[in-house]
Amino acid sequence: MGTTASQLSKESLSEYQELTFLTKQEILLAHKRFTELLEKHEKDQIDARVSMGKIITLPELKSNPFKERICQVFSTSEQKDGSLTFEDFLDLLSAFSDSATLEIKSHYAFRIFDFDDDGTLDCADLEKLVNCLTGETNDAKLSSTEMKQLISNILEESDIDKDGTVNLSEFQHVISRSPDFVSSFKIVL
Amino acid sequence: MVEKFFQDHERKMPRDSLITSENDSEQDAGLSLQEEHESKTHRTKRRDGDRQKKKRRNERRKGGTRAGEGEEDLQAVSEKRERSKRKRAKSKQETSRRENNEEEEAQLTGGKGTKARKDIRNEKTRRMEKEEVREVEENVDKGKKKQGSTKKGEKKEDGGKQLVKGKAREVKKKKHKKAETSSEPETSEEDDDEEEDNDKDVVRLECLSPEELEKLKEAVDERKKLIQSLRGKPWAMKKKLVTLRESQEFVEKYEGALGKGKGRKLYAYKVLMTKKWMKFQRDFENFKTACIPWEMKIKEIESHFGSSVASYFLFLRWMYGINMILFGLTFGLVMVPEALMGRPYGSMPRKTVPRAEEASAMDFAVLWDFGGYAQYSVLFYGYYNNQRTVGWLKFRMPLSYFLVGVGTVAYSYMVVIRTMARNANESGVGDDNSFNFSWKMFTSWDYLIGNAETADNKFASITTSFKEAILEEQESHKDDNIHLTRFLRVLANFLVLCCLAGSGYLIYFVVRRSQKFALDGLENHTWWERNEVNMVMSLLGMFCPMLFDVISTLENYHPRVALQWQLGRIFALFLGNLYTFIIALMDEINLKRKEEKIVKFNITTWEASLYNGTVSENSTASPVTIHPADVPRGPCWETMVGQEFVRLIISDTMTTYITLLIGDFLRAVLVRFLNYCWCWDLEAGFPSYSEFDVSGNVLGLIFNQGMIWMGSFYAPCLPALNVIRLHVSMYLQCWAVMCCNVPQERVFKASGSNNFYMAMLLVILFLSTLPAIYTIVSIPPSFDCGPFRLAIYYLQSTSKSYREANVELKKKLQMQNEENKRKNKRAALKAQMDLEEARMTAQEQQRNNNASVQDQENDTDIHGSGQRPYQEKYGCNPPPPVGGRGRQMPSSRDPGSRTYNRGNHGPSGYLPGFARQSEPRMYRVPSLQRH
Repeated sequence: MGTTASQLSKESLSEYQELTFLTKQEILLAHKRFTELLEKHEKDQIDARVSMGKIITLPELKSNPFKERICQVFSTSEQKDGSLTFEDFLDLLSAFSDSATLEIKSHYAFRIFDFDDDGTLDCADLEKLVNCLTGETNDAKLSSTEMKQLISNILEESDIDKDGTVNLSEFQHVISRSPDFVSSFKIVL
Repeated sequence: MVEKFFQDHERKMPRDSLITSENDSEQDAGLSLQEEHESKTHRTKRRDGDRQKKKRRNERRKGGTRAGEGEEDLQAVSEKRERSKRKRAKSKQETSRRENNEEEEAQLTGGKGTKARKDIRNEKTRRMEKEEVREVEENVDKGKKKQGSTKKGEKKEDGGKQLVKGKAREVKKKKHKKAETSSEPETSEEDDDEEEDNDKDVVRLECLSPEELEKLKEAVDERKKLIQSLRGKPWAMKKKLVTLRESQEFVEKYEGALGKGKGRKLYAYKVLMTKKWMKFQRDFENFKTACIPWEMKIKEIESHFGSSVASYFLFLRWMYGINMILFGLTFGLVMVPEALMGRPYGSMPRKTVPRAEEASAMDFAVLWDFGGYAQYSVLFYGYYNNQRTVGWLKFRMPLSYFLVGVGTVAYSYMVVIRTMARNANESGVGDDNSFNFSWKMFTSWDYLIGNAETADNKFASITTSFKEAILEEQESHKDDNIHLTRFLRVLANFLVLCCLAGSGYLIYFVVRRSQKFALDGLENHTWWERNEVNMVMSLLGMFCPMLFDVISTLENYHPRVALQWQLGRIFALFLGNLYTFIIALMDEINLKRKEEKIVKFNITTWEASLYNGTVSENSTASPVTIHPADVPRGPCWETMVGQEFVRLIISDTMTTYITLLIGDFLRAVLVRFLNYCWCWDLEAGFPSYSEFDVSGNVLGLIFNQGMIWMGSFYAPCLPALNVIRLHVSMYLQCWAVMCCNVPQERVFKASGSNNFYMAMLLVILFLSTLPAIYTIVSIPPSFDCGPFRLAIYYLQSTSKSYREANVELKKKLQMQNEENKRKNKRAALKAQMDLEEARMTAQEQQRNNNASVQDQENDTDIHGSGQRPYQEKYGCNPPPPVGGRGRQMPSSRDPGSRTYNRGNHGPSGYLPGFARQSEPRMYRVPSLQRH
């Protein structure tokens, strides 16, 4: 405890509190968990990165079908390898925290679902999304006609300007009226 | 249709996001144009001219403002000019750097161009981000000046100093204009620019015109707003950090400078205080979250089982909080004052275990049934005294009791309704099927799931829900055999109704039978017969839901609808059971009241006999008093009701725990260990592990709470019991869930159902206050127990007998006097007048004295507070001198006062001179209570 506490200075702790939706305890816990993932020699580097492979072994993320996407979205690494610094990690936890606003949650949700990073959810994105949601097992998979039907239904509902894709504002519009989104878009350490 | 949709969308969209994005992009576009323009054309001269102009203007402004202060500042002015020059040089460098960055950025966008140009609307958001990123990069670059790339150096040489300078000016000016014209609050460039400007401004802050001050203030406020809203921005942490630091610096720098003279100090003070206050608030928030109990436990469950199971525990915790407050109310305002300041145990009949029960009063079986000592304690209504005030605090006990009863219900209503309103606010529109598929797609994953098994279940349930939704969509066009489904649904409902009626009748029958048993005396019945009611209720609660589940397969509803039907049916079952129980209880109350009447009649005759005993005995004999345990008393139906509720709660709790232990734990153990040596796979096959039944548990909790609300007026200990129960449940169920349950397959979304639970709770609250209010209002309270016993009623009924007794007393006294006189006369005739005159008078006097003493003695007992018998009886334990009840009454002869007096002591067995009739056994209706 002593070492982890000394690593996070008081100022940065209060800054992190100011900048995230996390409480002090949560930030300290996050720091502890994060430093556990680091190699020994990295522990005193401020912007040490943890690779995506290590991050997704966290029990909170392990069974999440979007774990890779989550890492990629929150990663600031230049190689686009999904590795996270502590600050990225805090960003992640903040967006998934209890008190984060619908707006920020929906923003990140959109980016997570946007598999090809092109700023819209098109048919390919939606198909990938369905496959993520139905799991890897083959017997559970939807048939191609079902898939088509599903995607066309979704587009019919959400694609308001009828351009064949769902963009951020359309997505936020749909999400903001959902009763469950805020309570289920959560990850707690 | 599309248009309508779009309008709708526009209206309901969180407005700011749309608007800002558009604004930003507009501005963005303008800026980029400007940049291009600047980077490609070299109009040095014009810019030079511009600079000159601006310089001059600046100087003029300075001169103008300074003019009033005289010429001695000239030197200072020149110094300042020097300084500002230096600053300008700095800013020049910065601008050059910025330019480079912009160029880089432009190249980047060019590279990405083809892809990004796909959709302008999407581009907007992207652009906005890029703009922001650029700004930050700039700022970051400030830090690492020296690491500027070679490219930068080349550019610098290329552009030439003049150009850069001029460009900086131009940019600045333009931006100033924009800041004035545009209402758009947060332009990053503007901030940047202003910062540079302000570097100068801080020097000559005194001479700023009011508008400029105003502007500065606005800028500071904007910064503050920015700081506030920073956490809601989807930026990377680094960028947020930089912006935060910068803004804080800015704010700190200029905050204190704002305002003039006294105002400035005040302003600074205010700023300081707001800062402190913010810090305090944040610390307080941290503290509050640290104080929430079981947070970690619930989070752990949440991460294993998803939000629906966790919602039960959240509900349980919420319930616990409410019960804590109810418990605080009853404990602090009713139980403790009565226990500390009220009359102690054994001081009066209703606070004493009756003689007949004394032998078994401490037996565990009796105490477990809340009989014996528990019955005659603060736990129940009957123990409370109707003294107006209690103790040295003059605590008004009956009033407090009543207000706590009302407050309990009022508080519960308030909390439930408020929570419902808040939930409704949070969940927003909710029930709206227009985005059925999209919601399934975008919001069905529960990110909290951290358990592979739960995840698998979730995958399966999502897949089925997709398939179902598709099927439904297809089937909505064609409806097959609607008559059959209708018939089946009607049949199912009929069956359910039959079940409900049957269970209701069963309970009624059982309660009736138990009354019969009680009349016979419980000793000669078996354990089953004694506990039949509770057991039957628990068993019904266990098996009927299963039956309903089977029946509901007939109906072929959509799972969500089916679940709601199921919940509604179980609700109806529980409610029916509860009301049957209450009706049976009403019967019992009526029986008790009949018994009470008989007892009351008996008490009057008993007292009359006591009185007669007094008269027939010689008055000089010391009055023998009766131990309160021996005094006959009414049945006190209120305590009986309280006991029934407490027993029900206890048995309910026990059933819950036992089913938990057997149904979950034992099953899990068996499945786990027998699996090694069994013919089929127990874990995957038939018995498997049990699921956590969220809806059933929530319903149980709700009904338990209903019983608490119903019974707590008659048994103040109920909230305390419930607090204990919930506390134990929390730990036990947490443990059970983690160690022996598997996540459920049927997915029941948490937030959507939350208000459903709350609505049920509200209904239960209403339905449980109804009978309580009915009994309180319509049934007269018992005459000899509780804080509201019918003193007046009792007074009327007994005063007649007392009046008669008084008249009789007078007659007898008269007769005695006459007899004395006659004796005197006889004596006078008999003896010689001369010789024995003196002795005669003495004798006469003595007789007279005797009579008066006797008279007086009666007198003191009538109005002299009746303390004497107490003192004689318990030498050490005189009743508290409070009140002086007897003495307050003006005329001691008034029969009413006498009854009042006696009313305070309960039916007293200590009339003076009462003969050795120590065991006043009289006719009592056998008690119905099962003990």
